[in-house]
Amino acid sequence: MKLFHFRGGVHPEANKHHTAHKTIRVMPMPKMLYVPLQQHVGAAAEPQVEIGQHVLKGQLLAHSQGNISAPVHAPTSGTVVAIGEFSAPHPSGLPVRTITIEADGEDRWIECNTPADPFELDPAEISTRVGAAGVVGMGGATFPAAVKLRLGMRSDIHTFIVNGGECEPYLTCDDRLMRERSIELIDGIRIVMRALQPKNTYIAIEDNKPEAIAILTEACQPYDNITVVPVPAQYPMGSAQHMITTITGVEVPADGRSADVGVLVHNVGTVVAIHKAVRHGQALISRIVTVGGGAMTEPQNVEVPIGALLSDVIEFCGGFKEKPARLVMGGPMMGLVMPSLDVPVVKGTSGIIGLTLDEITPKPTMPCIRCASCVDACPSGLVPLEMASNIRSGELEGAIKFGLVDCIACGCCAYVCPSQIPLVQYFNYAKDELAAQQRAKHKAEETRKLVETRKQRLDAEIAARAAAAAARKAAKAQKASEASA
Amino acid sequence: MFAAVVSLTVLGISLGFGLGYAARILKVEVSPIIEEVSAMMPGSQCGQCGYPGCRPAAEAIVRGDAPITICPPGGRALAEDLASKLGVAVNLSDLADHVPMLARVNEATCIGCTRCFKSCPTDAIVGAPKQLHLVIQDACTGCGACVDVCPTECLQLHPIKETLRTWKWTKPEAGLAAA
Repeated sequence: MKLFHFRGGVHPEANKHHTAHKTIRVMPMPKMLYVPLQQHVGAAAEPQVEIGQHVLKGQLLAHSQGNISAPVHAPTSGTVVAIGEFSAPHPSGLPVRTITIEADGEDRWIECNTPADPFELDPAEISTRVGAAGVVGMGGATFPAAVKLRLGMRSDIHTFIVNGGECEPYLTCDDRLMRERSIELIDGIRIVMRALQPKNTYIAIEDNKPEAIAILTEACQPYDNITVVPVPAQYPMGSAQHMITTITGVEVPADGRSADVGVLVHNVGTVVAIHKAVRHGQALISRIVTVGGGAMTEPQNVEVPIGALLSDVIEFCGGFKEKPARLVMGGPMMGLVMPSLDVPVVKGTSGIIGLTLDEITPKPTMPCIRCASCVDACPSGLVPLEMASNIRSGELEGAIKFGLVDCIACGCCAYVCPSQIPLVQYFNYAKDELAAQQRAKHKAEETRKLVETRKQRLDAEIAARAAAAAARKAAKAQKASEASA
Repeated sequence: MFAAVVSLTVLGISLGFGLGYAARILKVEVSPIIEEVSAMMPGSQCGQCGYPGCRPAAEAIVRGDAPITICPPGGRALAEDLASKLGVAVNLSDLADHVPMLARVNEATCIGCTRCFKSCPTDAIVGAPKQLHLVIQDACTGCGACVDVCPTECLQLHPIKETLRTWKWTKPEAGLAAA
């Protein structure tokens, strides 16, 4: 099959050999589980259990709100001990609404609603079931999968790509999943195909995972409409936009979605979650996490219940060999630095990476020499050096002109920068600042509307009072004239 | 008789022209920029700036008597808009001291007197006589008009709590990177 290339990209040291050959281990259920209500893009879920209530494994804890949202479910059976605030797995360490469950040790499932044959289901019913199971994009973007499916059903999807790129260094959770759960994966793919009716379905896998490619090629034999496509190992191949360009040669427009070009991309982990949701009626309550990095005693892939603390997971893996210089959730390129170990694993946690000082090699930031390495590396065709210099001098509008909005924060620019300029931090700062300005502007407009409405109301009240007074006066005058007559 | 009619007519016409001419050359200029700036202000007449309302504040800003960072409800966004409108440099450090605040009712001491919601310029308070009042956080501008009228001091301004939605990445330290 003919493949296309995208410009830019980098080839960081993969470091996948530490974990790629080890079988996924299932972590025993910890005593306490902390399930945040916002683990996805969109509105936070709204709790529908009470403190003290006993819940079963897979039971709905909080339902989704609004169009873009996802519910969360109990990762095990136990008692709801708190509905309050708990540190989010986020660099800020700010608290987020969380339901805390004390496990009862029985791990008893709720009765699951399973269809007789998922391939008889209506496409709309498939997306409803996926939505009810709380499935979100598990590659890290955490966009609700049902919303994506619904969007796909409305547009004409000709190509469905199953994303097995996994381009982030250290991470092997998708690789292991493809090797060990190929049957579930293929079943999930066929369910999505039932919902979308695409002409072509590809499983795209980076060519540094030959075992996964072999196993899935074998497993796809009976289905001639599913093709395994080895793609070159190049960061950021796992980004949906770049995967689409590689497979179809079409670029997703700057202000568009992949559905606009007739393509839908789901991560392999998401597809397996869809399989569980539709085939077995099971909610998304666990995921595979790569525990890696030089600081870990025993790097490996673990199936972790959502809500387990990072400290529990690391302890299960034998703890730290040395104190990590930086602890990252996700991959080392795009992951988030964790302020503490007392934060829960969430649906988007692909990795827990403890990096040693040798691995991060911090060097002082030097002046930009305008070498344009970042321009060559940028896979989105932007000009990072100009964006950063505009942001540095406070010209956010200027940065937008150079493509700030299309930046996917992949980190290629910062990776190649010979002056170690924290380019991505500049872009993240600018994006947040612009969002804050937008919010402030919106609030000012709303305030003005409120003030005007109030003024109209007060004026109307005064007019009504004057009219009432006039009416009273007229009535009085009439009475007086009647009396004199 | 004829002379009187003519002289008064001439006098009337010449004075008329004189007045018309004077009205033109002695016209008091109202800068259109005041109108524009005034339209940009929040319009809640809250008085936090120290001027009796948004229009006097707009006049002071245009005259140069007041800094463009004077309006707390308008905040940073308004200051930046004003800076680009008036073509002046914006010194946002003036705003750094000002922590954005919102009003909140202390349920324990609210007596339901209705004074606060009558004074709120944005109708951000709901309540009824002898019922607990509540501030709608999204509509509150933190102007403090309600705080002044509350007889039990149950209405207080509190700094806005930072959440994951409002948290922002910091700008990297310039250091050597200044190219």
